[in-house]
Amino acid sequence: MKRLARKDLLDLESVSAEEIELLLNQAEAFREVAARPVKKVPALRGKTVINLFFEPSTRTATSFHLAAQRLSADVLDIKVADSSVRKGETLLDTVATFEAMDLSVLIMRTSHAGSPALVAANSKASIVNAGDGMHEHPTQALLDLMTLKRRYGRLDGLTVAIVGDVLHSRVARSDTWGLIKLGAKVRLCGPPTMCPSSIGQLWPGAPVTVTHDLREALEGVDAVQMLRLQLERQQRFLFPSTREYSKLYALTTEKLAFAKAGALVMHPGPMNRGLEISSGVADGPQSAITEQVTNGVAVRMAVLYLLAGNEAETA
Amino acid sequence: MSTLIRNARLIDPAAGIDAVTSVIVVDGKVAAVGAEAEKALALETLDAAGLWLLPGLVDLHVHLREPGQEGKETIATGTRAAAAGGVTTLVAMPNTAPAMDSVAIVELVKAKAAAEGVVNVLCAAAVTKGRQGAELTEIAELIKAGVVMFTDDGDGVANSELMRRALEYGKPFNALMMQHCEDKALSNDGVMNEGLVSLKLGLRGWPKTAEASMAARDIILAEATGGRVHFGHLSGKQSLDLLRWAKARGLKVTAETAPHFFALNDAWLAEHPYDTDGKMNPPLGAEADRLAVIEALKDGTLDAIATDHAPHSSLDKRVEFDKAAFGILGLETSLALTLDVLVHGGHLSPSRAVELLSAGPAALLGLEGRKGTLAKGADGDLVLVAPDESWTVDPEKFQSKSRNTPFAGRTLKGKVKRTMVAGRWVYDDAKGIVV
Repeated sequence: MKRLARKDLLDLESVSAEEIELLLNQAEAFREVAARPVKKVPALRGKTVINLFFEPSTRTATSFHLAAQRLSADVLDIKVADSSVRKGETLLDTVATFEAMDLSVLIMRTSHAGSPALVAANSKASIVNAGDGMHEHPTQALLDLMTLKRRYGRLDGLTVAIVGDVLHSRVARSDTWGLIKLGAKVRLCGPPTMCPSSIGQLWPGAPVTVTHDLREALEGVDAVQMLRLQLERQQRFLFPSTREYSKLYALTTEKLAFAKAGALVMHPGPMNRGLEISSGVADGPQSAITEQVTNGVAVRMAVLYLLAGNEAETA
Repeated sequence: MSTLIRNARLIDPAAGIDAVTSVIVVDGKVAAVGAEAEKALALETLDAAGLWLLPGLVDLHVHLREPGQEGKETIATGTRAAAAGGVTTLVAMPNTAPAMDSVAIVELVKAKAAAEGVVNVLCAAAVTKGRQGAELTEIAELIKAGVVMFTDDGDGVANSELMRRALEYGKPFNALMMQHCEDKALSNDGVMNEGLVSLKLGLRGWPKTAEASMAARDIILAEATGGRVHFGHLSGKQSLDLLRWAKARGLKVTAETAPHFFALNDAWLAEHPYDTDGKMNPPLGAEADRLAVIEALKDGTLDAIATDHAPHSSLDKRVEFDKAAFGILGLETSLALTLDVLVHGGHLSPSRAVELLSAGPAALLGLEGRKGTLAKGADGDLVLVAPDESWTVDPEKFQSKSRNTPFAGRTLKGKVKRTMVAGRWVYDDAKGIVV
């Protein structure tokens, strides 16, 4: 079998277009498994996968859990309430304990950027970043790419708008890395406090533009990814009210009309209905939001399989 | 005890000397310089041909961690690190546990330093009781006990009225108020410089405006009160521009920077993602900030280079970047970094470098004539340096108890060969600490 020539999946920044294609093709194969009455393959039989989540998550944790189960791995979910005042065992000690139990893959969700990288550098297990602070969320980006590819057959030449709190969004960062690597153009949009003009400089030379105007961002795009607005940002002076935010940046049926006819609507979830996205759009014919969730399981199966799959077993 | 050092290039800007000559130290004091020294009899004679002879370095900003955090550093290990770096006098910061905010703690540190230290230790006291930012410490009593400056370093004095009153109250005693410039509303729990690198790594940004905002306020207060303000570890272009303006206006405002601010910028963290040895407060700035620091060192805007030596153990550093302690070691690399980056880099003359490392900070503390010079009658605190000798920084060889430095593995040109404090050799490059 073909495997990823890497121990960990920490980001999309360092992943090549070829690796992304390999992952997406494998995920496509696993979509077929999901359609079977017995949704299981033995690819990770005998391997231990731990889901270590320091942040509350339903969708991502469930998706990884199902993915590992469908690959026949032994899977364990650990949810840790984390706070800066919590003292006691260090992260590296926690991971060393898991490793002593013959851990194959550790899936990590944390509010601290770079902490999966810290663990990866100190562990033999494969580390999968399931979201680290404001840094990256590579499997979310992979499932977004898969959703786009299934609709359009390609990523090359597409234009995708990413709208909302881009500054604090690991999804926006990973999506942008993935999209530009596969030849798509990206428009980032949000208020200057959450989408500073300078953020485009993270991808010098790449077709990434920044605007604070939703109409400009949507004009003629093939797809739009709406980011979740964290309500506590209001307390940090990043926007004045949800009412004004909605008026300026919510995706409604009227605003969606600026995009290409039939443009795909995505949202990484969980949605604030009526805030960043209207119910009409979220439940409308252009919405790919549930499709994203379905693809999420397939993509995560592909990631686990290509990082840690048994040599002898095939899908 | 008497030691005659011959054939060294004596660089003593306070005395206006930069020449190959001789210095004799007798009973802890410089007894003679030049021809007069040559004629004197000495118990020990050292031929220092090829070496530079400098007045011992005066470091305004050192965290010795004792009392309270002896796992990171002690007065014994911290002063040994100083000796190895050519630093013969240091100012110990008051963010100990408990904070150095009373005469009792100052006396404790002074007694420990006298018993266990190998260089001169001067004390900074907190501006506010317990460094809580609420009530002034007993400024007059503390000065009587030998305190040389006041600072809540680690934190700035956030309350503008309290800062105003500290400056006013301290005036009759000529008190020196050192500020850690950080407007916390702006630094906003940031962990590295706000810029492209923080955006890329997804780390919360600490904008340089946080430093400049408090510096600007204190310049206004210095003008209004006539009090003496000194800025610790300045790192940003905006703050330096404000300082330049304040000095042109004739205000009693001075400042230091730290070696990492002229040697590194935040690109270090792009090259070493999430490496906590690149985490300090204030954080490494942009390249424009680094260049502004060098410019301010050149043109006299900055008065001193001080290390902000901040030892931390692996317990504090081998963790998530967000959770890691701020700060890096400085004592054992400051002279070498200054020579390597600034002198060999063509930015400063050797004489200006000595001014910044020794004469300038000594004058700031009111020690001119005694420290920061090797003129006749000065204290016998000196350092011999091999200006062109290259060496590679190896934290495992440090005298400090801690290892947290971003300079590990970096090759520097300029090496401390010997350090003398009060006429006694305390460090020898070949043998280590010799007392």
